[in-house]
Amino acid sequence: MLKITIDGHSTEVEEGTTILQAARKIGGEIVPPAMCYYSKLKGSGGKCRTCLVKVSKGSEKDPRPMPKLVASCSTPVQDGMEVQNITSPEVLETRKAIVEFLLINHPLDCPVCDQAGECDLQDLSFEHGVDTSRFEEGKREFDQIDIGENIKLHMNRCILCYRCVYTVNQITDGRIHGVLYRGDASEISTFIQNAITNDFSGNVIDVCPVGALTDRSFRFKSRVWFTRPMDAHRDCPKCSGKVTLWMSANDIYRVTARKDEFNEVEEFICNECRFEKKNAEDWIIEGPRTITRTSIISVNHYQKLKQGSIINPVAKKIEKPSE
Amino acid sequence: MGRKILLDKVHIPGISTFKVYRDNGGYTTAEKALKTMLPAEITEEVKKSGLRGRGGAGFPTGMKWSFLDTRSNNPRYLVCNADESEPGTFKDRYLIDNIPHLLIEGLIISSFALGANTTFIYVRGEFKPQIGILNRAIREAYENGFLGKNILGTTYSLDIYVQSGAGAYICGEETALLESLEGKRGNPRLKPPFPAVKGLYDCPTVVNNVETLATVVPIISMGGDEYAKIGVGRSTGTKLMSACGHIKNPGVYEIELGLSMEEFLYSNEYCGGIANDKKLKAVIPGGSSVPILPAHLVTLTAQNTSRSISYESLSDGGFQSGSMLGSGGFIVFDEDACIVRNTWNFSRFYHHESCGQCSPCREGTGWLEKVLHRIENGEGRMKDIDLLDSVAKKIEGNTICPLGDAAAWPVNSAIRHFRHEFEFHIEHPDIVKNIKHGSLEKYRTKNTKPRTKNTEITESL
Amino acid sequence: MALGYNIDHKLYQPEGKEVRFTDEVLEKVKKIIARYPEGRQKSALLPVLHIAQEELGGHLSVDVMNYVAQLLNIQPIEVYEVATFYTQYYLEKTGKYVIEVCRTGPCAMCGGEDIADYLERKLNIKTDETTADGLFTLRRVECLGACGYAPVMQINTEFYEFLTQEKIDQTIENLRARANEEKPKDSKWVEKFF
Ligand SMILES: Cc1cc2nc3c(=O)[nH]c(=O)nc-3n(C[C@H](O)[C@H](O)[C@H](O)COP(=O)(O)O)c2cc1C
Ligand code: SF4
Ligand code: SF4
Ligand code: FES
Ligand code: FES
Repeated sequence: MLKITIDGHSTEVEEGTTILQAARKIGGEIVPPAMCYYSKLKGSGGKCRTCLVKVSKGSEKDPRPMPKLVASCSTPVQDGMEVQNITSPEVLETRKAIVEFLLINHPLDCPVCDQAGECDLQDLSFEHGVDTSRFEEGKREFDQIDIGENIKLHMNRCILCYRCVYTVNQITDGRIHGVLYRGDASEISTFIQNAITNDFSGNVIDVCPVGALTDRSFRFKSRVWFTRPMDAHRDCPKCSGKVTLWMSANDIYRVTARKDEFNEVEEFICNECRFEKKNAEDWIIEGPRTITRTSIISVNHYQKLKQGSIINPVAKKIEKPSE
Repeated sequence: MGRKILLDKVHIPGISTFKVYRDNGGYTTAEKALKTMLPAEITEEVKKSGLRGRGGAGFPTGMKWSFLDTRSNNPRYLVCNADESEPGTFKDRYLIDNIPHLLIEGLIISSFALGANTTFIYVRGEFKPQIGILNRAIREAYENGFLGKNILGTTYSLDIYVQSGAGAYICGEETALLESLEGKRGNPRLKPPFPAVKGLYDCPTVVNNVETLATVVPIISMGGDEYAKIGVGRSTGTKLMSACGHIKNPGVYEIELGLSMEEFLYSNEYCGGIANDKKLKAVIPGGSSVPILPAHLVTLTAQNTSRSISYESLSDGGFQSGSMLGSGGFIVFDEDACIVRNTWNFSRFYHHESCGQCSPCREGTGWLEKVLHRIENGEGRMKDIDLLDSVAKKIEGNTICPLGDAAAWPVNSAIRHFRHEFEFHIEHPDIVKNIKHGSLEKYRTKNTKPRTKNTEITESL
Repeated sequence: MALGYNIDHKLYQPEGKEVRFTDEVLEKVKKIIARYPEGRQKSALLPVLHIAQEELGGHLSVDVMNYVAQLLNIQPIEVYEVATFYTQYYLEKTGKYVIEVCRTGPCAMCGGEDIADYLERKLNIKTDETTADGLFTLRRVECLGACGYAPVMQINTEFYEFLTQEKIDQTIENLRARANEEKPKDSKWVEKFF
């Protein structure tokens, strides 16, 4: 076991564990935000740089600090390592800059975005109070496209975390969408008009940290915070059948996989459960979802909430006087 | 000074062919290495030589080799980095054009030392003539028993293949290069794991620059200790400098490390001074990625000591008043050159070449370019200068690969040393809009003495 | 193809023509694939795309890319991802001669921009356009690794250095004169180079 201390909190982890995983084990506000890493997707992480932390002591054997900030999601723990996240002004300053970078080309269209209220980027920018007015040039723009009957791609919002690409690579057979072009012209696309049809393809919607991939059957029907998340299951021959239903009264607006406190799905679900079972009779409803980190505008404050305390994130944002 | 060990034979007619190269002592070092030395002995000599990577980072080559994971049962690979795309650098092209067998010989010795039986030369896609030259040289080496099965009757076998890139500066970064070699987009990998442990096809791999690998030949030929006597301090040996810009004699020069900047820039043996006898404004000494040096810091350091071409002397003063040797791309600006325009030009380059994987570089390089473009076109505001500086500093050090740093440093250093030019652009939009930059007219009058005739060499193929 | 935003998400219709390498070229391709370890045939993608571009119409159409995917037993999207990443793969029809003028710093400060402007005027096209007769496409590219011989350009596989307006005039004239030959003189670099 390796010992690691993050912002003064210590824990022991197995060899090969990353700093981020160790932080998640400790929990609370010292957990760095992760926009691209996804524990269920092999090879993910390292790209967004929001999880950068400072290693003030490399290890017991080699106590020198690391010269640069490191991506906590992809840096393995060494025995005796000491890490600063929220106790390092440098880390917080850099994180603010990273969020600014992520936002300069991001349309600030939260009021019309389906992801509003459960968007990691919205949470992050709120937490770090970033003012984007330093960027005065034009934002890049793409057309919205439908990739198949069920999924809408709004490329303007994409932060190129590559999660959706890893998802189709790892849980479906055959990939028809990917990352095209390069630099800030990179885009997620199918290149030629093509539909993602694989049985598990709908999971790309759940892994997307922003509103770039959304469920077409849900669009504009309701804002997230007007629906109530309910855990439910059904006997599904293709997947575990364990889902969250987003309901208003007795209507099912949307079906998603169940997400944990870090906004990661617990188990991937099949397209049939996600897109086709929209009647309450299709499901055995277990009760309200208890872990709803998505309803909190804060990446650093993961808490288990009791159902009913859903806050309207946009309203809160507006209340905050702009400096 | 002036000792040549890489380019000492380039003047011999036909040296690019196997026969002439062999007749002039070529491949005797490979024979010696394969027949009389153990792989570990070769690595030891390279270590003793103090050779540092010539691709830009200057990492000690012997040390890099000794990191190669030899416990794994996987095959090991050597990959030669011939992606040469750093603006200002054209030495690898020169070496391949003129004396390709030196590289092949270096590859044979190095592959043997590393226990690699397959070696790739990754050549940038634009170097089509060079791909042809290398393939011809490799074919000749096979025909003469220096490649293939049981080389020179030993138990050692080696295949060398040329792989072509297709237009992407980032593929010069070693892990992006490996991705590209695997047929993928050139996205740099996260490190660790380093290529020495998990490189090409997840096997232990060493990536070295063309010049580095060619230098292995004279090192093994004369011995590491002897090589270490050349040069100065920890900058041992010779270095190929690619000199370009507003100088009288642009071209590739082999210099002994420690040569003074004064001599390199002004003597007729090398750059020959500033074209048209203009005054010097600035020099970028190691390729577009390294900080720019204003005239007063070119031949002297901030402490008024003489500056020479070595890893240490060029970085004397850190980023405040120094720069880096980098890849040895020596770009000279005369008094009429516009630093703002050039900074914008380089920013456009990095913006265009970012792979787009990580957010600071993907978004930041575009931002820098846009702001610089505005200033350069007379539409800037005073606060833009600090904005540029701050954006560049937020990119630096926060990215997956060093391209982010490479995009940031030119901007930071240009602002540090030439802030007045930025201010001038902002204060005088009318003047700025009408400047004609780097016009051909002006350049035509200059007395250029080309040191190579690429076209002739490649047309003789 | 310059990098640009908003690339068409076009409805793909096969062109109907059979896309296939000749047996001779196919032989070459197989040899290239054989260089790599078992199961790593994707490594051949970059070289094979160069060959495909050369042999199958001067640019990479969707049909051509799909054909390459099938040859290498990979998904078509893997080919699109790579073809759009690298600047030397042309996704749209180009002229017989693709003129690539270096636009980066060292060339630009020695007249590279003048050269490209002059070519625009001379050929009466803008950068990234093709002349009406289908002969020339003009592109501005990044550093070609020949900065000491600035200004430089590359036309297909041939390299031109220390450019002047007179040199350009002469080069264009020569190319026009030999344009009627089947293929550009040195287009068979596949033969020579792989
Ligand atoms: C953006 C970028 C571009 C690079 N381009 C090249 C290149 O064109 N040629 C090269 O030899 N090294 C290049 N390098 C350096 C390589 O990553 C690597 O350090 C080098 O090939 C190692 O060889 P050496 O130790 O022999 O120098 C580049 C690095 C970066 C970050
Ligand atoms: S579409 Fe969403 S999941 Fe895919 S890369 Fe973009 S942000 Fe990530
Ligand atoms: S720094 Fe730039 S080039 Fe390097 S990995 Fe990040 S985006 Fe790609
Ligand atoms: S979560 Fe670590 S870099 Fe994105
Ligand atoms: S800048 Fe034109 S070749 Fe390097």
